Amino acid sequence: MTTLAESPPVGDLRYSEVEEDLRAAVRALLDRRAGWQDVLARTETAEPVDRALWRTLAAELGCAALPVAEELGGAGASWREAAVVAEELGRAVAPVPFLGCSVATALLLAVGERDLLAGLAGGDRIVALAVPAASAPGEPLVPLAVDADRISGDVPGVLDAAAADVLLVPAGGALYALDVTDPGVRVTPAVSLDMTRPIADVTLDAATGRRLATGAVVADAVAAAQRIGAVLLAAEQLGVARRCLDEAVAYLRDRHQFGRPLGSFQALKHRAADLAVLITQACAVARYAADCAATGASDLPVAAALAQAHLSPTALRAAQECLQLHGGIGFTWEYVVHLFLKRATSQAIVLGTADRHRAALGELLGVPGPEETS
Amino acid sequence: MTAVSSGPEQAAAGPGGSEVLDRVREFLVGHPTAGADRLAFLRARFDAGLARVDLPPGQGGLGADRDLQAVVEDELRAVGAPEHRPSDNPIGHGMAGPTLRAFGTDEQCRRWLRPLWTGEEAWCQLFSEPGAGSDLAGLATRAVREGDEWVVHGRKVWTSLADRARWALLVARTDPSVPKHRGLTYFVCDMHAAGVEVRPLRQITGETEFNEVVLDGVRIPDTDRVGEVGQGWAVAQGTLMNERVSYTSGTAPRHSGGIGALLAAWHDHPERRTAGLHDRVLSLWVQAEAARLTTARWEQELARGRPGPEGSAIKLEHARLNQEISQVELEVLGDAGLRYPDYSERAPEPVPWTEAAPGWRYLRSRANSIEGGTSEILRTVVGERVLGLPPEPRIDKDVPFSELPR
Ligand SMILES: Cc1cc2nc3c(=O)[nH]c(=O)nc-3n(C[C@H](O)[C@H](O)[C@H](O)COP(=O)(O)OP(=O)(O)OC[C@H]3O[C@@H](n4cnc5c(N)ncnc54)[C@H](O)[C@@H]3O)c2cc1C
Repeated sequence: MTTLAESPPVGDLRYSEVEEDLRAAVRALLDRRAGWQDVLARTETAEPVDRALWRTLAAELGCAALPVAEELGGAGASWREAAVVAEELGRAVAPVPFLGCSVATALLLAVGERDLLAGLAGGDRIVALAVPAASAPGEPLVPLAVDADRISGDVPGVLDAAAADVLLVPAGGALYALDVTDPGVRVTPAVSLDMTRPIADVTLDAATGRRLATGAVVADAVAAAQRIGAVLLAAEQLGVARRCLDEAVAYLRDRHQFGRPLGSFQALKHRAADLAVLITQACAVARYAADCAATGASDLPVAAALAQAHLSPTALRAAQECLQLHGGIGFTWEYVVHLFLKRATSQAIVLGTADRHRAALGELLGVPGPEETS
Repeated sequence: MTAVSSGPEQAAAGPGGSEVLDRVREFLVGHPTAGADRLAFLRARFDAGLARVDLPPGQGGLGADRDLQAVVEDELRAVGAPEHRPSDNPIGHGMAGPTLRAFGTDEQCRRWLRPLWTGEEAWCQLFSEPGAGSDLAGLATRAVREGDEWVVHGRKVWTSLADRARWALLVARTDPSVPKHRGLTYFVCDMHAAGVEVRPLRQITGETEFNEVVLDGVRIPDTDRVGEVGQGWAVAQGTLMNERVSYTSGTAPRHSGGIGALLAAWHDHPERRTAGLHDRVLSLWVQAEAARLTTARWEQELARGRPGPEGSAIKLEHARLNQEISQVELEVLGDAGLRYPDYSERAPEPVPWTEAAPGWRYLRSRANSIEGGTSEILRTVVGERVLGLPPEPRIDKDVPFSELPR
């Protein structure tokens, strides 16, 4: 048993000036190109993912490959900056494939694949990891049949696959890159609870692709990439939670009933305060995870699980409170709140639910369950 | 000016890390630790500006960066210097010190800050009264001016440490004819003065941690007034802000505090483990770690000279977590959770939280959401001052205190 006495160092949990500048740039772009009415309208079109916006984010702000070294076509920054971008994308529920592409980036970096990284960094190619969106880091992979590098089988509910050009498929102990134009690959977008981040079902029928890596490294690399995904997802959840609080507070200040602003009623004020307290904690947790990811700290598995275990219920509660505090308008299609409720709900399931992350923490920290011994 | 109010540029003007280290070493040459008298050593340490380096010279500091305190502590610990124990004088360090530095005269600082820091003179806080708790501005203790003195009559309750304090922070009403927030004045009260009577009050732990204090014609020299006459509310607000902070400061290592005790109980009692309890324990671990990181982040922001609004949030969460964690700990313990060390009436000895008995921790934690501003009041503070939500309509703001229903 490890660890009860150990206390890993706590890095810088603040936002640096560079990070704040990046945030401002991303927010300005999103304000122009992804106001909530635009985001809502897009969900009912044939192209729910905004590829043009994604290209701008990638090409002009370097958001698609922040932690990738400059000689590989990236921005030479770190996952800390990527997390700040995730916060802003969450705040806007922007329909761009940032999360899926970030997981793919982490995976490609881990297996040392350069060609795909370049296309990804420029925003020209969208790359997604073909595992079910709901699976937690390190969870067993969907078994796929591999026969002479031809892959067959179903992977349901893949994150950011609907718009993907390339799928990264772990199968038969190897990792393959499959072009979606391959005749053996079929990607079927699902009607998704979270309209701003649709999932898609992947069906492979003797599909062929390039083998990128083989052996035990594959499973480890996939888990590590999912862990990066968990860290960024937490940042995105922080962005959603903050936006929900902001929307709720603005409404409570503005809306009058019984001859006074709603926010002057203590029952409502205290609920908003509770949310603010929770979000204060969530910020520290999300920053810690981002810093661990950026520095490759040995505490990263704990930090990532902690981040998911804390941020999932936080974002969900923020979105649910935001809806309730808006009353009837909060329940209408033509208003912003349901976009956040749906995003927070999917976030709580994507990359593992909070209880799975708590169970993972139990193992990592040496806090055994009833049947186990330590 | 403290590190809290000075920006990073100003802090940089003070001595840097190597200079601070030099000062410590120089100091140790003049004050060897072997066989040192603790009190004499601490006094000299204060005079050398090594008490808290971020404070100004003369007040126990060097005007240095707040982060550099660690340099001092590490060096002194390494040579086994006599220990400074802030827990001996929590109200002194947490409330009296900051209040005096912010509102006191130079003379008052000179008189009180050093013995406060060394622990020679403990402090208590005479704020709450039977009729005024959350609504502190409704207090009724009267101070009437007679020449260079004030004569005080009133009754204070829940005064922690009054039995061992040398000095007290006192708020009293000096003008009942104006609305309640405007008629208050802030004093330092000598707890040894004639007319001060301290009666222990017993609390749910069995101990007499707090007291009733009767002030019967106590004479306070006007030189012991802090701030202007009628400004007591503003000064008290300053004290309370520090109180909320002082209950929480210091980034503890992971697994320190109540959560460490809970995990230890979990390990010691495999027979008590169920799936339901397991998830609750892990969930509390998540919340406790989040609270720890929040404090760490807040301190980092303070060090950059940007105090965030997290103080009240940290206190709220700290209270809730202490209560939940200590409750689950009793459930994990089972039989041992049914036992209590000693209910006999006695004055409590300060013990580190985790060294106290689980049953005591559980009971004592119930006060965490009452002392230093209740959790309800703090939620209102967060709602109004952090989120900017409008206040509730009030009936007591513009009416003279003497005309209020009480
Ligand atoms: C262990 C302990 C140590 C203490 N030490 C000291 C000390 O050293 N010095 C000192 O001066 N005081 C001390 N106190 C007193 C403490 O500050 C007060 O108890 C506290 O401020 C609450 O006041 P009250 O007890 O009069 O409760 P009340 O103000 O009567 O409150 C009763 C309940 O009503 C709620 N409430 C009150 N007003 C509102 C409102 N406007 N909106 C919503 N809810 C409201 C409160 O939150 C509480 O739940 C101590 C208390 C404890 C428990």
